[in-house]
Amino acid sequence: MTETFRLDGTDVPFEAGETILQAALKAGRFIPHLCHHPEFRPHGSCKLCTVKVDGRQAASCTRLATSGMKVESETEELNAERLALTQMLFVEGNHFCPSCEKSGDCQLQATAYHLGMTNAHYDHFFPNRPLDASHPDFLLDFNRCILCSLCVRASRDIDNKNVFGLAGRGMASHLIVNSKSGKLVDTDFSVSDKAAHVCPVGVILRKRQGFFIPIGSRTFDKKTIKEYVDTRLGEED
Amino acid sequence: MDNKLKVATATLAGCFGCHMSFLDIDERFFELVKHVEFDRTPLTDIKVLGECDLGLIEGGLCNSENVEVLRQFRRQCRILVSVGACAINGGLPAQRNPIPLSVILDEIYLGEAGIAHGLIPNDPELPLPLDKVHPLHEVVKIDYFLPGCPPSADAIWTFLTELLAGREPVLGTELLHYD
Repeated sequence: MTETFRLDGTDVPFEAGETILQAALKAGRFIPHLCHHPEFRPHGSCKLCTVKVDGRQAASCTRLATSGMKVESETEELNAERLALTQMLFVEGNHFCPSCEKSGDCQLQATAYHLGMTNAHYDHFFPNRPLDASHPDFLLDFNRCILCSLCVRASRDIDNKNVFGLAGRGMASHLIVNSKSGKLVDTDFSVSDKAAHVCPVGVILRKRQGFFIPIGSRTFDKKTIKEYVDTRLGEED
Repeated sequence: MDNKLKVATATLAGCFGCHMSFLDIDERFFELVKHVEFDRTPLTDIKVLGECDLGLIEGGLCNSENVEVLRQFRRQCRILVSVGACAINGGLPAQRNPIPLSVILDEIYLGEAGIAHGLIPNDPELPLPLDKVHPLHEVVKIDYFLPGCPPSADAIWTFLTELLAGREPVLGTELLHYD
């Protein structure tokens, strides 16, 4: 017998050990998220997938589904909080979409579109984060890092290289490269790494690929983030 | 036609691209001017700002004059709109923000040969550059935001027609772009 929980008033089936987000996505129900990726263990840091479980807030990417739980997701209150979190991500880094190679392929941008964000509301931090262009094939633009840790998880858990790490705490949290010099060139990072292809924003960029696909013809110019998630899950089969 | 809405526009630290995109509404301009009358705007070359119903501002704030113009627009426009990436997050000009202003001025006017004879311009008529480039909403209250670099003519048209019809302008996913 399949167990189910209620998501915004309709039943969603799940298997033992599945999180709310996993079960919801499998059932074609979208909950906004950035640090979740179907191929990796949950990190629970972006909090965009926050839902209310029986009236209390929880990250749906880390909370296991249990039979009969009542989950609210598409509510005005939760979407307002998701919008505020997204706006905070925008002001914390330097996210200048018009000059970003990832524009149109960026999940942060597409999530902001989904939430109807027209401005970042808060005061911009304009942090100073120098680039790392040391690697012959890749550029790291830390200005756009949202600390989702997908590259950290991919490099550590799949590539077995441990090229990236998150250092510092709280406001000082930042992405680092695990080499003595701190430069990407001094690691064994390569184009065949999983970590080279998981960045949801424009931090890890392949060199000499700029504007191969023109703005206006990119992933999220053609589909919404919700449709993208559906496709990505379909491709796994 | 009486009771036309008065509209003013300005470019601050921007490239005029948003105004060009505004002009890209093409023949829809004829429909627009049935409902609005332009006050101060680069399109009319009127220099003095009157009391207006709607102010559209392109560009962010990079110097003291930008701030003065913005504050004047806020005082005299009932509804004030940030138009385009630079007005909304500083845009391209704000990419100077991580570099200290003194380093930039030294590099341009002292480090490079041949410009201004090695002097940093200091004429009292020149507006002082701000330490950092700021989006408009960090200085005055902004009522609406119209993102894009530039916002497409269709986005501008939809925004204006919704507003003129007395509705809350909401851009659908096909018109909401930051690039």
